Amino acid sequence: MVPIEHYLVLSAVLFFIGVLGVFVRRNAIVIFMCIELMLNSANLAFIAFARHLDSMDGQIFVFFVMTVAAAEAAVGLGIIIALYRNRETVNVDDINLMKW
Amino acid sequence: MIEYIWLVPFFPLLGVIINGILGIRFSKRLIGLIGSTAILLSFLVSCRILWEVLQLPPDARVFEVPLYAWIPCGDLKVNIGFLVDALSLVMMLTVSGVSFIIHVYSIGYMHDDPGFRRYFTYLNLFVFFMLILVSASSFLVMFVGWEGVGLCSYLLIGFWYQNKAPADAGKKAFIVNRIGDYGFLLAMMLIFVVFGSLDFLPVFEKTPHLFMGGELTVTLITLLLFIGACGKSAQIPLYIWLPDAMEGPTPVSALIHAATMVTAGVYMVARCNVLFSLAPVSMGVVAVVGAGTAIFTASIAIVANDIKRVLAYSTISQLGYMFLACGVGAFTAGIFHLMTHAFFKALLFLCAGSVMHALSGELDMRKMGSLKSRIPITYWTFLIGCLAIAGIPPFAGFFSKDEILWEAFKNSKMLWIIGDIVAFMTAFYMFRAVFMTFHGKSRMEPEVEHHVHESPPVMTNPLISLAFLSTVGGLVGIPIMKGWNKFHEFLGPVLGGHDAHVAGKSMTAVAHAAEVASHGEKAVVYSTGLELIMMEISVGIGIAGILAAYYFYVKRPELPGKIAQRFKGTYNLLYNKYYVDEIYSAYVVTPINIISTFFWKVFDEKLIDGVMVNGSAWLVQRISGGLKRLQTGYVQHYALSILVGLLVVFYLILK
Repeated sequence: MVPIEHYLVLSAVLFFIGVLGVFVRRNAIVIFMCIELMLNSANLAFIAFARHLDSMDGQIFVFFVMTVAAAEAAVGLGIIIALYRNRETVNVDDINLMKW
Repeated sequence: MIEYIWLVPFFPLLGVIINGILGIRFSKRLIGLIGSTAILLSFLVSCRILWEVLQLPPDARVFEVPLYAWIPCGDLKVNIGFLVDALSLVMMLTVSGVSFIIHVYSIGYMHDDPGFRRYFTYLNLFVFFMLILVSASSFLVMFVGWEGVGLCSYLLIGFWYQNKAPADAGKKAFIVNRIGDYGFLLAMMLIFVVFGSLDFLPVFEKTPHLFMGGELTVTLITLLLFIGACGKSAQIPLYIWLPDAMEGPTPVSALIHAATMVTAGVYMVARCNVLFSLAPVSMGVVAVVGAGTAIFTASIAIVANDIKRVLAYSTISQLGYMFLACGVGAFTAGIFHLMTHAFFKALLFLCAGSVMHALSGELDMRKMGSLKSRIPITYWTFLIGCLAIAGIPPFAGFFSKDEILWEAFKNSKMLWIIGDIVAFMTAFYMFRAVFMTFHGKSRMEPEVEHHVHESPPVMTNPLISLAFLSTVGGLVGIPIMKGWNKFHEFLGPVLGGHDAHVAGKSMTAVAHAAEVASHGEKAVVYSTGLELIMMEISVGIGIAGILAAYYFYVKRPELPGKIAQRFKGTYNLLYNKYYVDEIYSAYVVTPINIISTFFWKVFDEKLIDGVMVNGSAWLVQRISGGLKRLQTGYVQHYALSILVGLLVVFYLILK
């Protein structure tokens, strides 16, 4: 059996790749995908702990997260399309209207 | 019927409501009718109440009629209520009677004015407040009337507000009156602190128990009250508003600035006679200010050329007489003169209005003359008014003025001499006005002269009724003859009821005089013969004044000019009214302006606006200007700051 540390390290690595992607990438779709990556790294951690602790709670959580992620994907992609129609770009540097 | 006293002020108020709110489409005829009828009804109710009061024995002639509790607040309990006694009845009758006559006159005088309805609304409102003032049962309700008449005076002086002069005169009257009202207010507060009540009857009942006479508190109260009286009744140093008040329509000058409102101060002093007679210092001040004002303004009237200004200064001078009477303790004489003065001064003003009417608004007596046969009714009624004010028997002014002089004589020879000089001056300047206006050669402008005409009956009938009152009005108070002085008998219980407390308690001369004066027959030291001689002297003085005026202005009309040339300095001093307006302007108005400008420009604009209001806004703007740069609009920046925050939190937790 693979010890829990391996799962957690993988999860942390995936999470930080996601964080890094959110911060450094300028393409809204890529940022969006990085957010999905972070969500899934969290899912991985949940599952790992569920196995490790022999409890079903973590798995139930994962179902919720996946539901949220699906909804988020629908809404987020809708926003990005609307954005593209208005601004003809998905580069977040060009999308900074929400300021003074 | 006495409990229906509230009807007296109610009718004018009804007139205000009907004319002021509903009267937009009424014809001028109807408006005038409503306004006059309202006052007539008040007058009739007052008459009826007087008749009922006269049925009662003299000691039972005081009624307090509370209407409802106005301010029930802890120790302070003030009712809207009325006080019916001899004094308030005399005032109510005088006010409503003279007001009615002047209302009728106004229908003719104001006929062509576009503000006809406004005029009658204000005039009714004035009568309402004046009747409240004289019938109130407490200081506070009296103050309501006091302020109300001040407001109406302001509105009516500035009736033709389109022109600058009336608007300014209205403001001046209002502001100068505020100074007096301040004194009145302070006096009221002090009265409440000392007596715990503001109703007349409890205050006057407690007075003899609280004061022996001459204490600082009672002196302070009465002096403050007198400041109020000075403002309203145009005494030195607050008289300056009254001459300017002549900018209003002439019937207003007659009603408000001669017959009724300006006498409110005298009424107030007489109402508080119990307090005043326990404050000899205040009595002295009242007498001296009265005498001083009388002679000061009479001298100005001698050289004034504007017929209404002559009458205005004459009014101030006569008010000085009334205060002189009050100051020497002869409150009855003061109120008597107040009443007769209301008759003849209203008459004189209305005559002046009639002259203006005939001469297309001309006021300068140098541009009149020879009007005697052209406007005979005005001439004869004016003459009667002048004889009355000059103190020629049997006209009304003789009895009241003579009584004041006699009381002054008993009190102080100096005040008597001043009174006699003023009597001479009064006769002189009034007949100067008669001769300049009605006699001699015509000095009118040709086109004005062309249009000279007697006023319509709606104006001359009031003149005749007032002339009648000026002739017989004095007969209610014939002196010397025992039992003939009905006026004294009637007012005695109200105005003379204090001397039992005064007697023996105060050693000062003035209080002593107050005691002596209020009981005519007590003055045993003075024989009836002496009183008769004094009477002859005052008649002689009046006749001398008339003859002097005749000599100067009919016989030798070139003389006054020569004398003016000869005594140029004195003449200029008088002609410019002792430069009092200029002095006030330099020493009061200008400093206030400078200080106010400082507060405006520096304190308000720089400190309040600049530093505190705009300064704090500027500071907030600056700080947020810096902070707003944190909001870049890039979601990634926000996410970064969330991350940094999270890391800090983790660090702090895991540390």
